[in-house]
Amino acid sequence: MKRLIAGMLGGLLVMGGAAAQTDKKPASKPAAKPAAQAVQAAPAAEVKDAATLEFEKFRAEMEDSNPAELFEMKGEEQWKAKRGPKNVSLAESCDLGKGVGQVAGAYVIHPRYYADANAVMDLERRVVWCMVEKQGFKFDDIAKKPFADSNSTPDITNLVTYVATHSKNMKIAVPLDDPKVRDAFETGKAMAAYRAGPYDFSCNTCHSGDGKRIRMQQLPNISTPEGAIKGVQGWPGYRMTGGVMLTHQWRMTDCFRQQRFPQPKYASDAIANLLTYMIGTANGLEYKGPGIKR
Amino acid sequence: MTKKIILLAAMTAPFMIAAQPANAEGDYSAKAIEVFKKDFQPRGQASIDRLAEDGLQAICNRTGNNPSPQSAKQLEADQMSSIKHPADGKLMGDWKEGEKLAQSGRGFTWTDDPGLPVGGNCYNCHQISPKETSYGTIGPSLYQFGKLRGTSEEIQKYTYNKIFNAKSYNACSEMPRFGHVGALKPEQIKHLVALLLDPESPVNK
Ligand code: HEC
Ligand code: HEC
Repeated sequence: MKRLIAGMLGGLLVMGGAAAQTDKKPASKPAAKPAAQAVQAAPAAEVKDAATLEFEKFRAEMEDSNPAELFEMKGEEQWKAKRGPKNVSLAESCDLGKGVGQVAGAYVIHPRYYADANAVMDLERRVVWCMVEKQGFKFDDIAKKPFADSNSTPDITNLVTYVATHSKNMKIAVPLDDPKVRDAFETGKAMAAYRAGPYDFSCNTCHSGDGKRIRMQQLPNISTPEGAIKGVQGWPGYRMTGGVMLTHQWRMTDCFRQQRFPQPKYASDAIANLLTYMIGTANGLEYKGPGIKR
Repeated sequence: MTKKIILLAAMTAPFMIAAQPANAEGDYSAKAIEVFKKDFQPRGQASIDRLAEDGLQAICNRTGNNPSPQSAKQLEADQMSSIKHPADGKLMGDWKEGEKLAQSGRGFTWTDDPGLPVGGNCYNCHQISPKETSYGTIGPSLYQFGKLRGTSEEIQKYTYNKIFNAKSYNACSEMPRFGHVGALKPEQIKHLVALLLDPESPVNK
């Protein structure tokens, strides 16, 4: 128990920028693995439950100094800077559904349909589209390493975190009355029910019951608004395991890995459909903003 | 090897049938399959053919996991018929080995080395031994399984078969078919039966 809390504190301190750490990794690197080992090594349920409570408490205390802010600040710089082969900024060229350059409230109205791209796009997909179409970046270069690891965080993650921050405490409003969005929603719903692979898993195997867990990890029931919001409200999230900033697209990809499926392509219809289903199911509920994940 | 080929063939066939009526207005399961085919890529051991349904998956997917009683019976009998029993005929192995298998969640993801042995993933979904308190709740608690049900030949057979192929009793069960897909060998399944049934196993203390 003591060791566990110490481990967590160690991790949180590292996240807060202090040098204290429980393992031997160099303290200068904020991305070194902090609390994960301690959490996994915990021997008893009461301990883990207590750990969960402690985690919640720490998370509440951390709200004011969420490490996501570091990524948000970088994202803001990158949003405003002239970049890419075309040397234009996203601030002067990218429309996230609120008008060119506008970010306030943009995260919570995604996924939505864009006629200029003829596609339903989640926020991350839209920003990628802007980077490619407006700034002249190559899609394949972005898709080569779309998610953060302990060594580096891609620009796209910073940008998504920046935009998401400006929807904090706003109500989710996916435009489900748009027939194209509705279509993506229904397709996503069918995708979530589709069982295949060596273990016969679908998303619903793990995420269609209330209060279920895999080991000690709580699984949101994405078929209900109250459950879906739990899987939506804190993304993008700073993940203490590995100390990385990760997006909702990453979460989908990693769940497909656990589902024993092959890998979904980055910024694809597949992920946009699933996110439309999940975020749309949470419509009307409050988005909390970039979160902290265990 | 031959078995694998047959399995693959069985997996591709319904996939193609299912993809036929694509784009019929409102047929979202066909649309979903189209998107899966278009937007996924192989990675590590997770090849694209994993997206194809086998016959049982296809029926569970088409019926919202609720096939007609008649069809369920047929499916369960089919699944039952391919169960392989251990060479020595004994169904109970070593519960300690079973516990190790139950603990391991390794196997079949694109980050797993296909050369390494696969685990049972049992604690991901079940409470089993009281000593392991980090357990999932997708499946029912198996604590005291043997104490409650005894160790009769019938119970041993049920437990072995259930682990080998959970669908042989419950066509669209959420539990994987560990023996059927070759994740666990008969010898390993025996150890898991012992974990659940052996009076010496902590499960039944
Ligand atoms: C084999 C089990 C399994 C499958 C299948 C699965 N997931 Fe997950 N999912 C998990 C686990 C474990 C977590 C991590 C929970 C945690 O970190 O506390 C998770 C987390 C999530 C989260 C984030 C929850 C949060 O706290 O913010 C979402 C959203 C989600 N899954 C959606 C999906 C979708 C959509 C699919 C299908 C593509 C899917 N999952 C398939 C096991 C699974
Ligand atoms: C992804 C979840 C999952 C995994 C992994 C899993 N199970 Fe299950 N199991 C279930 C569910 C759900 C049920 C109940 C439905 C049913 O009986 O088909 C079940 C039922 C059972 C039963 C029958 C219980 C009864 O009361 O008759 C046994 C025995 C069992 N599981 C053993 C195991 C063992 C041993 C393993 C590991 C090798 C395992 N399970 C892995 C989900 C799972």
